[in-house]
Amino acid sequence: MTKIYVPLDMAAVAMGADRLVAAIEKEAASRGETVQIVRNGSRGMLWLEPLVEVETASGRVGYGPVRVKDVAALFDAGFLSGGAHPLSIGKVDDHPWMRRQNRITFARVGVIDPLSIAEYETHGGGAGLARALQLGPAATIEEVTKSGLRGRGGAGFPTGIKWKTVADAPADRRYVVVNADEGDSGTFADRMLMEGDPLSLIEGMIICGYAINGSKGYVYLRSEYPQAAIVFQGAIDAARQAGWLGDNVRGSGFKFDIELRIGAGAYVCGEETSLLESLEGKRGIVRAKPPLPAHEGLFGKPTVVNNVLSMGTVPMILEKGAQHYADLGVGRSRGTMPLQIAGNVKYGGLFETDFGIPLGDIVNDIAGGTRSGRPVRAVQVGGPLGAYLPVSLFDLPIDYEAFAAKDSLIGHGGLVVFDDTVDMAWMARFGMEFCAIESCGKCTPCRIGSTRGVETIDKIRRGENVAANIELLKDLCHTMKFGSLCALGGFAPYPVESALRHFPEDFRKPALEAAE
Amino acid sequence: MAGAAPYNDERAREIIKSHLGLEGPALPILHAFMEEFGHVPDAAVKEMAEALNVSRAEMHGVVTFYHDFHREPHGRHTLKICRAESCQSMGVEKLANDFLAKLKLKWGETTPDGALTVEAAYCLGLCAHSPSALIDDEPVGCIDMETLDGIVAEAKS
Repeated sequence: MTKIYVPLDMAAVAMGADRLVAAIEKEAASRGETVQIVRNGSRGMLWLEPLVEVETASGRVGYGPVRVKDVAALFDAGFLSGGAHPLSIGKVDDHPWMRRQNRITFARVGVIDPLSIAEYETHGGGAGLARALQLGPAATIEEVTKSGLRGRGGAGFPTGIKWKTVADAPADRRYVVVNADEGDSGTFADRMLMEGDPLSLIEGMIICGYAINGSKGYVYLRSEYPQAAIVFQGAIDAARQAGWLGDNVRGSGFKFDIELRIGAGAYVCGEETSLLESLEGKRGIVRAKPPLPAHEGLFGKPTVVNNVLSMGTVPMILEKGAQHYADLGVGRSRGTMPLQIAGNVKYGGLFETDFGIPLGDIVNDIAGGTRSGRPVRAVQVGGPLGAYLPVSLFDLPIDYEAFAAKDSLIGHGGLVVFDDTVDMAWMARFGMEFCAIESCGKCTPCRIGSTRGVETIDKIRRGENVAANIELLKDLCHTMKFGSLCALGGFAPYPVESALRHFPEDFRKPALEAAE
Repeated sequence: MAGAAPYNDERAREIIKSHLGLEGPALPILHAFMEEFGHVPDAAVKEMAEALNVSRAEMHGVVTFYHDFHREPHGRHTLKICRAESCQSMGVEKLANDFLAKLKLKWGETTPDGALTVEAAYCLGLCAHSPSALIDDEPVGCIDMETLDGIVAEAKS
């Protein structure tokens, strides 16, 4: 019997993976072939989805992108034994896109059946938790600190220090909360991890719970990810059944359980305090800090709030040791970053690599330039609150500090590429409009500032008092940056200011607008 | 996918009761209401406020804060078109405007026959296949006018 892998990843499904599975099953039955179809996560070569892999004696051979209409021809070409076909990409592990990466957080994604505890363990799963239980809570936190792991959600705060703060806070209860409200455009790494290797996130949460002496974990997942919800809930059920969750985690006497909660379409709930309010059943309004969630978080109890990628990386750090992870990267950006390459690109997908790779290498080389075939004009890094960078800054390395020095951010590691048809004044307006739609309304700079921002950019685009209005817009950005309560209002000016700085010509073409 | 059962207080109370064991049960209850009734009417807000011991104003605030919870029923199907940056880079703004103009709808409105509500979404995490959309809970990548026309035809059938 031949094992065939067809991803269950939402991106693969969006390109027809479910219909493809049905077609392969039907074709196999009509030809009297017995096949076993495994729904894996995505390898991250998203332009090849659905990527069908066939297990052969010499390794897994890939075909993609496969459409339903290709199925009969693939059988004719003998794909069940890795036969040649125009869609064949050869052995998946040998593909240049895969070979150039250093997969740590995503090592198992696309490789294993995400819901199989047995396969998870065969590929190193569980070793991190076993080591943590052996080390004890304090030494586990020490290990995470020494690895240099920083929050992958955007702020880049050292994970180990956050854990220690929570562990040291006196309390009768402590919580582990995972922020899976990945709302930034151009990002999908959280989703891919939760669909492709959900058990690593579960294991990371157990380790965290053990380290901080907490017994309850919540994952707050955005509602735009229905597939991730199904897969992750399946993983929780499998983990509970296997004794990874419950009153006696893996026979250690430690008690821990996880509950999946679904958000309701509010972008601001990706901000940690707003997320906690939402989990408590309230409006997702940002809290003033201090107190930090580490001191007074969910239901007023000390709470670790970590991003999916940070938490999902913890088991690997414990398994391989802090030093192994700390040896990767540059400066204070240690380890690897799962980059998400998106927008107008030829080869979009997930590419995990050591920190330090230049932006231009990613866009021109790895992403292969634009899908439209036109010249690249701008790249937005870090989601809707991230700066637009011009081609002249393509030597900038992926490094938290290097980006900060250029008034930009890495955020969650998403890159959205635009070709030369983009109107940057429109994109700046969109940034303000998005902030106005998603503002929680608590602080004035964000709530009112974003609306005034839209109006001011509209005036500029209509050619009204352009110079004066640009000054006004800059002043408004300054107020929002330094006067807002959280990163939504505080960072919304980044795309606007960067558009003004790097693409000033787009704000001075009233004649074009009038002609429309 | 949103449900279409007619609202009744007794069923609402059952749903609330089944969630009372949770910490912070408001959002799970509201999702359950959406799944059952397709919307959250005033009567349901009243039941929730009583059961959770908060004021109706507070509960109203929660329901109206989140984009996913509606006070009125939507169409039988919901199409969410992503208009975030990645999809903009692949021209979704023009595509969506042309599509809405063709259906004579604005964002958030429903076709007169009640078949389809068209909403804007801000990132579906399908950014390597921009522009993308969700029809009910089914993702669709690399959409164009032909895909959207097909979705409308299927929703109306």
